[in-house]
Amino acid sequence: MEFSAANALIGGVLIGSAATIMLLFNGRIAGISGILGGILPPHKTDTLWRVVFLASLIFGAWLLPFVQGRALAVYNNNPWWITVLAGVLVGYGTRLGNGCTSGHGVCGVARFSMRSIVATMTFIATAMITVYFVRHGSGV
Amino acid sequence: MTNTQQRNPLLFLLATAASGLLFGLGLSLSDMVNPERVLAFLDVTGNWDPTLLLVMVGALAITTPAFQLFQKKLFQPLCEIKFYLPTRKDLDFTLIMGAIIFGIGWGLVGLCPGPALAGLSTLEPQLLMFVAAMIAGSALQKFVFK
Repeated sequence: MEFSAANALIGGVLIGSAATIMLLFNGRIAGISGILGGILPPHKTDTLWRVVFLASLIFGAWLLPFVQGRALAVYNNNPWWITVLAGVLVGYGTRLGNGCTSGHGVCGVARFSMRSIVATMTFIATAMITVYFVRHGSGV
Repeated sequence: MTNTQQRNPLLFLLATAASGLLFGLGLSLSDMVNPERVLAFLDVTGNWDPTLLLVMVGALAITTPAFQLFQKKLFQPLCEIKFYLPTRKDLDFTLIMGAIIFGIGWGLVGLCPGPALAGLSTLEPQLLMFVAAMIAGSALQKFVFK
């Protein structure tokens, strides 16, 4: 896996610009877990924009081969039950904690929100500890 | 957030689409859609990859000045009557528990909500399974274990 500082920084700037557009035009936080979670249950006036955002998110990522000539790499090789367990934990945890890497990490930290700063440090630390146990620990 | 009063519904949707598109392209360009890349950042005692850190730096370089300005509420958003910003300031057990539960799931497979959804066009079975489970987890929080 080759490391590219330029791609990382440009990608980050695009994400930051996306969140800025969402707040400047629509007055909203571009938090992915919140936007997705708000679809359940669908609401007459509050569902369309969420669907448009998520469809555009998928479309934007799909554009990568046309922008840089490389394929989307999403390869993941886990037992199915680990994938499902992780998905449930991510879905449950992000709603319980009111945000994920985008809402807390990119938007909340930029507002200097103490809740978001603490949440971001907590989920990054927890994820690092989890990876340590999975890859270097004796368990799992 | 359900009673919205959009001042310009069409521009509202166009801005939403532009935001989603840039977000998705940013996630794929930075390789955040790649779980191995994310796990390599989280694996601090292994062969550490700084990509995710630089993505955060790039994103925060834009959002920090912008959000600090908008947060002053000197003007309305262009398509809405007001800014819908979180107002809570207290640190509580629920916030920390949520972040810990999310962190465990994130660390297990290297997927968080944005990248998981952004990669869906690949129709990778692992990803579809993850997103379905993630939606189930959200619903579980909303309707069962609040």
